Amino acid sequence: MASHDCPHCPPPTPPDDRRSFLAKAAAIIIGGALAITAPVAGLFVFLDPLRRKSDSGGAVLVASLNALPENGEPRKFSVLATRVDAWNRSPNVPIGAVYLQRVGDKVRALNVVCPHAGCFVDYRSAKNHFFCPCHNSSFALDGQVQDPKSPSPRGLDDLVVEIRNGTEVWVKFQNFRAGTHDKIPV
Amino acid sequence: MKAFFDWADQRTGYKKLVHETLYENVPGGARWRYVWGSTLAFCFSIQVITGLALWVAYSASSQTAWESVYYIQHEMWGGWFLRGLHHYTAHAMTVLLVFHLMQVVIDGAYKAPREINFWSGVVLLLLVLALSLTGYLLPWDQKGFWATKVATSIAAITPFIGPELQKLVVGGSDYGHHTLTRFFALHAGIIPGAIIAFIVAHIYLFRRHGLTPKEPRRRPDAAFWPDQVLRDAVACLAVLLVVVFFIIRYRGAELGAPADASEQFSAARPEWYFLFLFQLLKYFPGGTEIWGAIVIPALLMGVLIAMPFVGNWKLGHRFNLGFLWAMLAGIGLLTYLARTEDAASPDFVLAVQSAERDAARVIVLAQSPDGIPTAGAVTLLRNDALTQGPKLFAKNCASCHRYDDHDGLGSQPKDKISASDLKGFASREWIAGLLDPARVDSLHYFGGSKQKTGKMVKFVKEDIAEFDAAQKAQLQKLIIGLSAEAGLKAQSAADTRDAVVIAEGRKLVSSTAMNCTDCHKFHAEGTDDPSAPDLTGYGSREWLLAFISDPSHARFYGERNDRMPAYGPDKILTAAEIGLVTDWLRGEWYEPKPGPLPDLSPPPQRASPN
Repeated sequence: MASHDCPHCPPPTPPDDRRSFLAKAAAIIIGGALAITAPVAGLFVFLDPLRRKSDSGGAVLVASLNALPENGEPRKFSVLATRVDAWNRSPNVPIGAVYLQRVGDKVRALNVVCPHAGCFVDYRSAKNHFFCPCHNSSFALDGQVQDPKSPSPRGLDDLVVEIRNGTEVWVKFQNFRAGTHDKIPV
Repeated sequence: MKAFFDWADQRTGYKKLVHETLYENVPGGARWRYVWGSTLAFCFSIQVITGLALWVAYSASSQTAWESVYYIQHEMWGGWFLRGLHHYTAHAMTVLLVFHLMQVVIDGAYKAPREINFWSGVVLLLLVLALSLTGYLLPWDQKGFWATKVATSIAAITPFIGPELQKLVVGGSDYGHHTLTRFFALHAGIIPGAIIAFIVAHIYLFRRHGLTPKEPRRRPDAAFWPDQVLRDAVACLAVLLVVVFFIIRYRGAELGAPADASEQFSAARPEWYFLFLFQLLKYFPGGTEIWGAIVIPALLMGVLIAMPFVGNWKLGHRFNLGFLWAMLAGIGLLTYLARTEDAASPDFVLAVQSAERDAARVIVLAQSPDGIPTAGAVTLLRNDALTQGPKLFAKNCASCHRYDDHDGLGSQPKDKISASDLKGFASREWIAGLLDPARVDSLHYFGGSKQKTGKMVKFVKEDIAEFDAAQKAQLQKLIIGLSAEAGLKAQSAADTRDAVVIAEGRKLVSSTAMNCTDCHKFHAEGTDDPSAPDLTGYGSREWLLAFISDPSHARFYGERNDRMPAYGPDKILTAAEIGLVTDWLRGEWYEPKPGPLPDLSPPPQRASPN
């Protein structure tokens, strides 16, 4: 038996009888239950974003047709819409940007985000193409990858456009996952 | 597998550590009285884990703190449970700290050579209370805001450094973003870090000196594992079950209305375990608060810290025991007095009810399609007619008018009613009462005002009183037609249904048969003589706004206006405030569409007043 002065000296191993086994089993089971309660409660909150779907929303009015050059040169426009940011709901704030260009009677809309890693692409009028300043991807006016050495796995993402009342350009604005070959909405 | 464990053991020596932990000697065998330290360690680990998980979603600024806590509580997966676990475990910790202290003092575990361990325990007690105090503010609701203001004002009376200390704690001269960032850093970083350091020291010293056995020892010594571990685990389970009971009973921790520095909050009380200090302050008249707030608590702490020395004297242990019981009894008594005084105070009961109403209302507004604006949820209540209307009415209108026989908030004003009761103003029932010969000169209508002797009362009491059955039927239609001018939300279904009657009623208002247009104007008909209010759009939002703004305008009573002030031109109320009263009187405020909505009825009445 350990003396009181030597708390670290282990007492002789207790007899490993049935009672001791039950005590050990009970301690382990209860201890396990105690140990998981708080982490599980925390994990639910931590995983909450997984159940939230992106608000793809409907089409938004982006520009007037009159603001687009007749020669088909792209112009960049901010997309204003209601942004839901956790608890805040802010109407009429920029949620992204698009390049709009006339293609005959129609309008083409390209999301300005590079599908490679999410940088904003520039339109270079001298070369008449889109160029990503981050990793040098270049895209033709129709959005297709121009230079085969471009790291972007796909062309710029085109968006659904609708002309309403003759001159209003409405775009169904969406962002897509970066770095994939296919266009997958986020 | 064994090879791996051996490999790891050679490099870490973990086997010896585990062995030492599990086979710590328990003199006299396992006992229930030794469980308190373990329950506290368990609670602290829960607090660290739940605290980190809450941190993931919490945003410390005066425009986002309440909002992020609301989001955790009402929108996130199991957020209410997580918050509840953090909140009620904090309460449990305070109770367990007292039990632990009692056990240590009763068993004499503070005596040599364990003095330093005892003091580290006292420091831990204070650090846990500091956690509690700082955590109370973080949701940035009215209760935490106002209660913490009291605590930081007390800091300001500290001798020599008071004002500077307060500024440092608050992060400036007034509450704001930096108050939250500082409290959050204290609550989630600095204090827990200090607690961990002191726990390490506390456990190290505990291991060094071993358990203080309770004499006489009933059984031979035994190892910590498994019997004492099982007792500790059962005790921790009991604590957890109690905590879970409270979480489920009160649907997680309470969240009051968002903090508003401009909105009185008479229901502010500290957390229940600080109530004794709150009560103690009541007994110190102006200028002597320092005794209740600082000197007496510091003296009590001093005696607690001196216990190891006092314990060396012959009667020292008895003194320590007596002191502990007396201190606990005093704390208990003060807490009891604080609670009973509050329960007996009608003002406090009303304040708690109003706080609960605001807390429930702001959740309804936050869940409306407009959501919470970036300016913060506090603006939701500030711009809500249902919340502000009654307050503005009580303050500005209720010295003459009433609303359903009270001042809008449920109290009776000092002055007797001397103008109409505006509950249901311009509704069919209200107009029917006005045109009732028995009621027109009652206090609910014109009985208390100058109009009592006017032409309208005379007309109702003499002409309408003699109406035959056919005229009375016409009067009913007239009432329905006139009331439809208001476009009241509560009557919209009835107004749609009665479109034909309303058209007839409107014609009757304009007709010579009913004589209304002898004095009043109604659309194209009637006189421009400003002796009586224009009935065009009577009770509509536009009409009521204009009326409250300036009842002396020629469109309304003109020079015949009694005492009612021109709230707009005289700048008594802002246009927005007049709008809020108007909307409230007309019953226009946001209500969620009926349907499957979260249950927002207030949780069961709490036992504590906070």
